[in-house]
Amino acid sequence: MREISYAQALDEAVAEEMRRDERVITLGTDFTGNPIKEFGPARVRYTPISESVLTGMGLGAAACGYRPIVNWRMVTFSFVAMDQIVNQASKIRYMFGGQADFPVTYRCGVGGGMGSAAQHSQSPYSMWMHVAGLKIILPATPADAKGLLKSAIRDNNPVVSFECSRLNAVVGPVPDGDHTVPLGIAEVRRSGTDVTVVGLAYYVQEALAVADELVGEGISVEVIDPRTLVPLDVETIRASVRKTGRLVIVDEAPPTCSAASEIAALVVEDRATFRALKAAVQRVCAAPVPVPYSPPLEKAALPDRAGIIAAIRRVIDF
Amino acid sequence: MVTNTPDLIGLLRKMILIREFDELAIRLRKAGKIYGVVHPYVGQEAMAVGVCANLTNADRVTSTHRGHGHCIAKGADIKRMMAELFGRVDGYCKGKGGSMHIADFAVGMLGANGIVGGGLPMATGAALAAQLDGKGNIAVCFFGDGAVAEGEFHEALNISSVWKLPIVFVCENNQYAANNAVGVQHQVTDVALHAKSYGMPGLTVDGNDVLAVCEAARAAVERARRGEGPFLLEGKTYRWHGHAVRATPPPETRPAAEIAQWKERDPIAHLAADLIARRLLSESELGSLHRQVQADLQEAVAFADASPFPDPKDILVDMFAAPA
Repeated sequence: MREISYAQALDEAVAEEMRRDERVITLGTDFTGNPIKEFGPARVRYTPISESVLTGMGLGAAACGYRPIVNWRMVTFSFVAMDQIVNQASKIRYMFGGQADFPVTYRCGVGGGMGSAAQHSQSPYSMWMHVAGLKIILPATPADAKGLLKSAIRDNNPVVSFECSRLNAVVGPVPDGDHTVPLGIAEVRRSGTDVTVVGLAYYVQEALAVADELVGEGISVEVIDPRTLVPLDVETIRASVRKTGRLVIVDEAPPTCSAASEIAALVVEDRATFRALKAAVQRVCAAPVPVPYSPPLEKAALPDRAGIIAAIRRVIDF
Repeated sequence: MVTNTPDLIGLLRKMILIREFDELAIRLRKAGKIYGVVHPYVGQEAMAVGVCANLTNADRVTSTHRGHGHCIAKGADIKRMMAELFGRVDGYCKGKGGSMHIADFAVGMLGANGIVGGGLPMATGAALAAQLDGKGNIAVCFFGDGAVAEGEFHEALNISSVWKLPIVFVCENNQYAANNAVGVQHQVTDVALHAKSYGMPGLTVDGNDVLAVCEAARAAVERARRGEGPFLLEGKTYRWHGHAVRATPPPETRPAAEIAQWKERDPIAHLAADLIARRLLSESELGSLHRQVQADLQEAVAFADASPFPDPKDILVDMFAAPA
């Protein structure tokens, strides 16, 4: 199996899907490499910095038979297109009674830890989860980056691809051939018996590192990577919690109304899972501040291994 | 295919149908037969009809919150429109959309829109699709003068011009954005002047003269079909009713004399008188045209009234498309 970076895996996904289906087109202010060379200027569109019109154009072209990939680059810029995302993309299929499909993929970088400061370090997963009608992928490995993005491009709905900036350079094995990962299926990254840790994006690898660290203390950690937030594979998470009786969720968004909150609610709402809980559910999230620039402040704002370990100890010692 | 010789009676009939549909919708709203909000198109009929006379089902349009006229002009079925206003399963959106979200993708009507300016990006995307298809089809984007203050207007015109997209931007300048006059919202009140900033041709026409609208639109549409890029067409027009009809509509704030003056320039009466003067239509033919429209509307209401309400258990249906 080849080892490639998360960023390369994402590029491969787009290129393979453009090769596979000539209706796939891509719009963005910039691209890595030179995709025009292979796919031509009709299908690879360098655009003005006009996020709102690009977001809506994706819907219009999708309604007319194409499968556009609109690259917002950073999730930050998607907020400029709020009307097209919230009022149009998420509602258009339902409010028109399912007359048409809108197979459009919106790509963007998310997350902090890159010294990019407040605006460019955001992880607004739950904002788009809250807006019913968008599917959301959140890959944590190069293999999933490729497989989930390919599935997103083939999906007949608007899909938001949250691509974790801190993972771009991470290298990992990616299966050869037409590697796809279905939306809505979580992955148990590591089996354990004492506590379930649900990690999002960058925090999957951090949870795995913590799990290694705690082996010496005799604490067995199960690590779950949801991989897609909409649809969310809540049953895999609940089944794990029924087994371990303890749940820690690690999410680099601030805790209020976060994906972590939603996962916690879905777990405790379920009767059998609630009864299996041996400790209160713990969230390890960002500080409720805009992510600051200065390294010690940024570090303090984001979750870290020490915070994950502390949360695990709280549920073990409950 | 462009209609080279407009079917004049057909234009008149469509304008009457649009007017009577919305007058009926207002009565039904006041009677509580339909819900929510209706934004009547009455007074602006020449715009939708004049432009859409040049389009086929393969051409796509986007519309506004004031969208009934665009639907009818583009060829939507008034029975299914009425059923949608009634909130019934046989409506275009199975009762999920209502007045502000009627769409008929089969005839290239990509939807009304509750957000001012919200349809501009989608129309631009439809134009991109038409350009990639390379079959000479185009997109038309209807919007009001209010949308010109939105960023999406400027983004859409710029990118359309840069990419030479086959799109005609049609501004229905009805002089008011909701309840505020165009002059207090825009420094430049002739919307077509914005075309120059984006390197495309623009033209202002009398939006109450359906033949003038049709002629101007034909040139713009043909130009787009030839791959020569976008066009900004502005029609000066006026809505006869308030911005919105709802349970408790706000009081009319526009000057009575202004409303009366524009009613003197009724696009339907203007065309009818013209056709009668040219002996292309008789008074009795005009009467039977009106009677036929009323009969069609009665049929639409009967269809809507007979259609069941949606079943609440279907609340989640249509959220997501089935897997490819």
